[in-house]
Amino acid sequence: MNRRVVSRRVVSGESGVGSGAHRNRQSAWRLVGGGVVLAYSLLTTPDSLLSQDAEAGKVIYDQWCAGCHGETGAGDGDAAAFMLPRPRDFRMAIYQIRTTASGELPTDSDMRRVIDNGMPGTTMPGWRDKLSGGERDDVIAYLKTFSRFFDGASPQAIDIGRQPGRPSDEDLAEARRLFADELQCVRCHGNQGRGDGTSAPTLTDDAGFPVRAADLAENWNFNGGGTVADIYMRMRTGLDGTPMPSNSDVIDAGIITDEQLWRVAQYVRSLSPDDPPARRDVVRAARFEGPLPSSPEDTLWENVEPYYIPMVGQITIKPRWFAPTVDGLWVRAAHNDETLTVKLTWNDASQSPDPEWDEFFQGVVQTMTDIDGPLPTQQGPDRIVVQFPVKAPEGTELPFFLGGDTRRPVYLWRWTSEPDRVEEGTATGLGTFLATGASEVTHTAVFSEGQWQLQFTRSLVPADSSIAATFVPGERLPIAFYAADGTDAEDATRGAISAWYAIYLDVPTPPRVFVAPIVAALFTVGLGLAIVWQAQRQQRKT
Amino acid sequence: MRRFLVASSVFVFLGCGGGDGGSGGGAAAVDPLGNASITGAISFVGTAPANPTIDMADEPDCEAKFTGTPVDPIVSVSDGKLANVFIRVVGGLPDGPYPMPSEPARINQDGCLYSPRVIGAMVGQPIEITNSDPLLHNIKAMPTENRPFNISQPRAGMTTTRRFNTPEVVIPLECNVHGWMNAYVAVVDHPYFAVTGADGSFTIGGLPAGTYQVEAWHETLGTQSGEVTVEADGSATLDLTFGG
Repeated sequence: MNRRVVSRRVVSGESGVGSGAHRNRQSAWRLVGGGVVLAYSLLTTPDSLLSQDAEAGKVIYDQWCAGCHGETGAGDGDAAAFMLPRPRDFRMAIYQIRTTASGELPTDSDMRRVIDNGMPGTTMPGWRDKLSGGERDDVIAYLKTFSRFFDGASPQAIDIGRQPGRPSDEDLAEARRLFADELQCVRCHGNQGRGDGTSAPTLTDDAGFPVRAADLAENWNFNGGGTVADIYMRMRTGLDGTPMPSNSDVIDAGIITDEQLWRVAQYVRSLSPDDPPARRDVVRAARFEGPLPSSPEDTLWENVEPYYIPMVGQITIKPRWFAPTVDGLWVRAAHNDETLTVKLTWNDASQSPDPEWDEFFQGVVQTMTDIDGPLPTQQGPDRIVVQFPVKAPEGTELPFFLGGDTRRPVYLWRWTSEPDRVEEGTATGLGTFLATGASEVTHTAVFSEGQWQLQFTRSLVPADSSIAATFVPGERLPIAFYAADGTDAEDATRGAISAWYAIYLDVPTPPRVFVAPIVAALFTVGLGLAIVWQAQRQQRKT
Repeated sequence: MRRFLVASSVFVFLGCGGGDGGSGGGAAAVDPLGNASITGAISFVGTAPANPTIDMADEPDCEAKFTGTPVDPIVSVSDGKLANVFIRVVGGLPDGPYPMPSEPARINQDGCLYSPRVIGAMVGQPIEITNSDPLLHNIKAMPTENRPFNISQPRAGMTTTRRFNTPEVVIPLECNVHGWMNAYVAVVDHPYFAVTGADGSFTIGGLPAGTYQVEAWHETLGTQSGEVTVEADGSATLDLTFGG
């Protein structure tokens, strides 16, 4: 366990200030970068390499950055209108991800890190593979020219204590108390950290745009990185420009100690899995002998492996949506040769429509108004669509992943939260839907503390296999997903989509799978005994 | 490597500045420039816009501090007098330096509202921000001429001190935990300012004799200005009116 944690930190390079991994990475970079710079300097004038060059940075910026951040750095590039959160406005020199105190300017390495790694959970990509180290430094020099605050400034990282060792269960329980009752992080982040606190619906950033409290169960989407050190630094210095405050003064006032804040960071880290969920192409439906889980909260689900399906904005068919709420679904499936049941779990801060979230909804509508025609005028329901080909595909040819087309229609389970119902039908394109009449799919949806759990159940063989998919144990069937959050002004096409995946219904394990290892083990033991016997005989001879 | 060294030395040369803290003025005490004062009252004529009520159902500890439904006192008029108006001298002052007010500027969070709603502070003057509610407030300052801050105060009794180093009228403060909480800090480079109380009255003291231009600012009603002359050690009256 320890080794895994260490290796994650080194490999991901997400460790915070002062960590050995960070320094090692930087030295390694300097070695490599130094070689590149040396080679390059033989081919060009050395003068341009002596320092960060804002003029060279402007050329890079205009080519790669201005499309979102705008030519004047105002965060108003052509693509900005599609995005929420919006690109940074550089003119006030207010930066979220810093190792400096609240309100201070970022250090060069703070800026470099965001440019290198991007900002997970936003549309800001990392540029490590796209731009050279020198180019990235030049961009930093140019970014500073957007604000007079950088004139003559030399921002300093704050002094921080050392991260304590692995927390005990008692440490985590105490950190949980601090998180909930003392620092009251729950007011925005929610009791389970899913961004559904009582203050979450009214949060806005400096520009007045609606902003979400981070879902703390998805550390791979944390804007400034997901390690304990990253989390600690965000809590110490705050995320300037957003509602997230600095807790440094809370330590200075003696309300908590620095070590306790580290423990809270460890607790927050513990809300996410050890490793970011891996994408796997095939969802296996476990085979049950006898009854299947009867509700989303049935303990039988604990024996069924979850599969993570990443979701992205639907940006192919108008009206499009670039910043969906749902960024992933956890899928569990089980069958018993007669019935298939599929459970989806995802975090969503609101059970749409929810009047508490009207202000947030209105904020989204006012912010995103320019995109592909009018937005909904009131909160719609949350939506899930599960999609299959009507017929198992022959060869590799699949229906169009966005709702099929007239040549190859798709078969859908379409759920809404309000009214809470599932319809079964077919589609010949995104947003189209032809109900099949009496639905054979049953469902149960449960919303609790910022999380939906939705279970669909249907017999493997439909009444009419010409319009509904047939599930065959031992065979794969393509499956895809659509998700929308009504509070986020999403609807039937503005939402999140997945690519095609497959669902595979497990078959009973053939006996030879159990017998073969035993035979192999016996053979190995026998071989070993033979060798020993042989050796002993030879020894006796000599 | 050479590039790196040069870059480093540039940072070293860049000196200090840009911080939101800083020592500010007051390093050497400055004697009062005089003992004259301007007093007056700010009136409001016409029908004052209705102030919105606040739903504090999620914060019973704050709600309990009110007798009726809590109201956001954006335009606070009592007997025709207007509270929460920031008044300052904008012209006629001799050159500085000016004496620093002897006390810090203070703003309190009480019943999930700022009290007072508007404060003035001299550049560099300590501003004490106190939480009197038994729950979390964050204080987010959103200046444009100064550096911002956003600090957490999770407990009653916690006080945090900040300073602003550049004149700026005004700097909004907000609490994101309670989206209705707004306040304003007006920062000027001299001590000749005041904020009207509930009765609309104000006093600006410590002035030398002279003729002064005075400006009054209100968060939604805009500005009014006037001129007044005071004798040495004397007092002159300046009344201004909003609305109408």
